[in-house]
Amino acid sequence: MADNKKNPNDVPDTGHEWDGIRELENEPPRWWTNALYLSGLLVLVYFILYPSLPLINDSTKGLLGWTQINEYKENLAKVQEKRAPFEEKLAAMTAEEILADPEMRNYAVGSSKVLYGDNCAACHGTGGIPAAGSGYPILADDDWLYGGDVNTIVATLAQGRQGMMMSHAKTLKPEEVDGLVKFVMNAAEGNATEAGWKLFNEKGCVGCHGADGKGIQQLGSANLTDQIWRFSGEEAEIRHTILHGVNDPSDPQTRIAVMPSWNEKLAVKLEALQWEEEPEYDGTETERLTETEIKKLAVYVHQFGGGETLE
Amino acid sequence: MSEEQSSSVIDTSAIYDEVSDWHINAGGEKVVAKRLKGRFRNLKWLGMSIWSIFFIGPYLRWDGQQAILFDIPNRQFNLFELTVFPQDIWMLSLTLLFFAILLAAVTSVAGRVFCGYFCFQTVWTDIYTYIETRFEGDTPQKAHKFKQAPWSIDKLWRVSAKHSLWIAIALLTGISFAAWFTDAFALWGDIFTLQAPLPVWISMATFGIFTYVFAGFMREQVCFWLCPYARLQGVMYDQDTVLPAYDAERGEPRGKLKKGQVDTSKGSCIDCKVCVAVCPTGIDIRKGQQEGCITCGMCIDACDSIMDKTDQPRGLIRYASYKELHHDANLLPLYKRPRVIIYSVILLTALAGIMYGFATLSPTEFKVIHNRQPLFVKLSDGSIQNKYTLKLLNKTQQAIEVRYQLSGLEGATLHGMNDQITVEPGKVVPLTALVRVHAEDINKALTSIEFKANVINNPEISTVYESIFMGPK
Repeated sequence: MADNKKNPNDVPDTGHEWDGIRELENEPPRWWTNALYLSGLLVLVYFILYPSLPLINDSTKGLLGWTQINEYKENLAKVQEKRAPFEEKLAAMTAEEILADPEMRNYAVGSSKVLYGDNCAACHGTGGIPAAGSGYPILADDDWLYGGDVNTIVATLAQGRQGMMMSHAKTLKPEEVDGLVKFVMNAAEGNATEAGWKLFNEKGCVGCHGADGKGIQQLGSANLTDQIWRFSGEEAEIRHTILHGVNDPSDPQTRIAVMPSWNEKLAVKLEALQWEEEPEYDGTETERLTETEIKKLAVYVHQFGGGETLE
Repeated sequence: MSEEQSSSVIDTSAIYDEVSDWHINAGGEKVVAKRLKGRFRNLKWLGMSIWSIFFIGPYLRWDGQQAILFDIPNRQFNLFELTVFPQDIWMLSLTLLFFAILLAAVTSVAGRVFCGYFCFQTVWTDIYTYIETRFEGDTPQKAHKFKQAPWSIDKLWRVSAKHSLWIAIALLTGISFAAWFTDAFALWGDIFTLQAPLPVWISMATFGIFTYVFAGFMREQVCFWLCPYARLQGVMYDQDTVLPAYDAERGEPRGKLKKGQVDTSKGSCIDCKVCVAVCPTGIDIRKGQQEGCITCGMCIDACDSIMDKTDQPRGLIRYASYKELHHDANLLPLYKRPRVIIYSVILLTALAGIMYGFATLSPTEFKVIHNRQPLFVKLSDGSIQNKYTLKLLNKTQQAIEVRYQLSGLEGATLHGMNDQITVEPGKVVPLTALVRVHAEDINKALTSIEFKANVINNPEISTVYESIFMGPK
């Protein structure tokens, strides 16, 4: 039976007293002290099992040999293990096949976000829309300079693109420039005048932009008759493009628009495939992204919403 | 300091008087409660028996599957015919609310009923101490004698038998807990072949150790020092709450009674201390309501048996409210107690919510997420394109065939969708949808648009989601 006579106030105090309240020497509960000793023991166990003592260049390793970076690497390996079958399958598929297979397409899109963010988004923007006024092409719309089917996107990524428009500062008269600016603005709305078309043909624009003004994809020339502007729809900016051209080395004010090559080796291979020849590598081709990465990115870009289906 | 102030110093010499007979057992003394038969003992067995569900539940089958399965890896709870997905988790909140308020409501009516009759700490401790008293003696004296006795074969087998049974119960507790989360029969196989996954071992070890330590060694100390509910009882009680209480007016002055003697100068209490001896937390109920009291009623059984023996009416210790005991008042009917009414309203609300939830558990979960980067794209013909991710979760047991459709925005067309998709049970198929609208058809930056998921093979569960279409200002 419990001893009810025991009075916690009948124990000595520590001599500390504040306003008549004494600090008594009652023991803390047994379970509490035991828990305290146990936690001390746990510290010891932890000390032995895990890295604990810092040394000058290193630290003690602990029996488990655990480190954060090892744990990270293990986790990474697990992720890669899960991805491996998909990656292997992707490597054997063409971009076209990936696009047609919903599961592989989902995987390609899902696993390319970082790839796109690291390599593409700096110019083209996170969602395929570059910052306003930056002059980089929009990837999310349905207007493609070189073609928007997934195979062409692969080619674009592999070999890079560099369009060319001559500077006209020295060859066109001011009133001709005015006329062409007006023509381009009207053409976008679909109501270019006869005189405008005449000027377009006479001044040689037709050579690159095509008889209908819709651009020629083999050349990468812009479609002048739609509502997408390669650089800007502002009158002054259109004038600048016509006067100074794009990538024209003779004009220091020319617009610079260069898409670098991401896999020269693949570019050579694609070129050879086109002519049904064996690719001839000279050994200097760079590969900034692997072929699989390029296929994944092509699918990713195609899925922005403007991708074209193959005929 | 002025004289006036110094003279007004409060006398603190008597500050501890009120609590001078406080007794604090911080684990230093082992409580060996005597076991007596009685009404409340039977009630306690009844309450305890509810826990058999915990052990049997996982083995129940329904339609060839485990009747109740908390399937964490597949993110779903299977309750008989129903499947509850994480999207229905609000029902869990309501269920928790229901039980929390039920606890408060019951406490305000009849004290710590949960503690006394249902709490796992009480129940497991009761089983453990039952085993202990079988082997080591059922009174403090016998237990003490057993402890002091020198080691012998008899003592050794008694101690090891007790601990073996304790550990067996602890392990069974751990396994039973794990069995709610996986196939119960396969679990046993996995355990005996040592093939069980790590979480099973961890939960078995955790539950096993805590059961063994809490029920075997800490016992009432858990109720005294670890459990927060004991601290909350003060705010849940009021003067109308019925509790096991000692009728001091009738009992005092207490005093010993010789056999056959009638002493009218004394109260009914014969100071036999049986009420203390039977208390599983080792308190003296005659000192009034206290934190150690788990309102199990064992002292009522004990006192009633003594009253019977001494030819006195039962009920010296009985379930009574403070007002009944001290103000000769009658027990207030429940419907006149605001506290009970408020708790009941919350209880009914939560219950109605849960029932509504189960009744309307939707067979699908349809979400349309508008792509925010970019918000919209202008196309070459001047039309505006928005991109959406369509997610349809199939919560039924059959695969469903779905076709999506747009409405609510004139001239909007849906692109990039396969004609018809199949969603397997318990799966989500995310799809990217492109919606195009001619610039002339929209005049606002934000227009509402509806996506309809037509379930071809079960049109009744077709569902609509309202989203927005964004354009230039």
